[in-house]
Amino acid sequence: MNKNMKILVVDDFSTMRRIIKNLLRDLGFNNTHEADDGATALPILQSGHFDFLVTDWNMPGMTGIDLLKAVRADPKLRTLPVLMVTAESKRDQIIEAAKAGVNGYVVKPFTATTLEEKINKIFERVQAA
Amino acid sequence: MTDNQAGANARLDKARALVEALEAGAKERSEALLQELGEMHENALFEELGRLTRELHEAINGFLLDERIQRIADFEIPDATERLKYVIQVTERAAHTTLEAVERGMPLVGALEADATDLTADWQRFRERRLDLGEFRELAQRLDAFLERTARDGSELHRLLGDVLMAQDYQDITGQIIRRVIELVHDVEQRLVQLVRLTGGRRELERPPEDGIAATGPAIPGTHRANVVQDQDEVDDLLSSLGF
Repeated sequence: MNKNMKILVVDDFSTMRRIIKNLLRDLGFNNTHEADDGATALPILQSGHFDFLVTDWNMPGMTGIDLLKAVRADPKLRTLPVLMVTAESKRDQIIEAAKAGVNGYVVKPFTATTLEEKINKIFERVQAA
Repeated sequence: MTDNQAGANARLDKARALVEALEAGAKERSEALLQELGEMHENALFEELGRLTRELHEAINGFLLDERIQRIADFEIPDATERLKYVIQVTERAAHTTLEAVERGMPLVGALEADATDLTADWQRFRERRLDLGEFRELAQRLDAFLERTARDGSELHRLLGDVLMAQDYQDITGQIIRRVIELVHDVEQRLVQLVRLTGGRRELERPPEDGIAATGPAIPGTHRANVVQDQDEVDDLLSSLGF
């Protein structure tokens, strides 16, 4: 896995963005960027070459699920690996995210180990594909 | 004898008189009796209606005159909104203070770990008497620097952990604020129940269904929500059942 890959962290709470960035740094990923909802994230994704998207679901403006759908609908972003990190924990929501093409789903509150596990799994699959 | 019984007996007497009059073929008398019977019934109905109207009027007046309601609407609800906003501020500040300390502390700990690992290797060679004098002098200098840095960074880490400790006072502050808001919500709930009762009985309502995928925030123990996963394992099971 390329530790220099460019990661966008999207969450409306700055503390949660900071926690995720710290955890990613601890895992060796230093090239992280931030956005506070889907509407600000999408143009950032479209203008920069990002390798990985970590997004919350429940955000004002554009939600994470809509961002995921927009990413999958964009020919340039279609294959971007997306990890959802969210407190949304209804079965229907998880199924919806899976249908929309999410690569991993972590429910809050989560641990550093869970985050690492899911990221590893996502990139094992991406590399195998 | 109660009023009801007296009323019933009076009606029975009139009815008997009516049957007698009808049997006797006394047309005028029977019509007069019929009219009286009808009036007796209407009077009872009007009295009951009047009583109900008076009670409803008094109850609504009592409810409107309740100063507490006015205070809740004018001051306490806006006040509670401000309190809850303050809770968000306080918890956010505490989280940032803690994160700040962690972000400053992590590199210090990381450097100490790395230096200790390096020194351990050379120290081991010294114990095995495999260092020459020059190497030993160099090791001694590095040890000096390491000890000095450990003391300095140790006290910095101590200070940072103190910051983390102090930041936890948000729990006490927000706990007190939220407890008061819960009391207010409880108060409002009781008054709403009273109002529903006044305006005519309670219907048995079903909890409204939730929109399948609309965002609802964290699942909270004690609130009834169907179809929610309990932990990451359940998420993983669900996803793997979908072929993930």
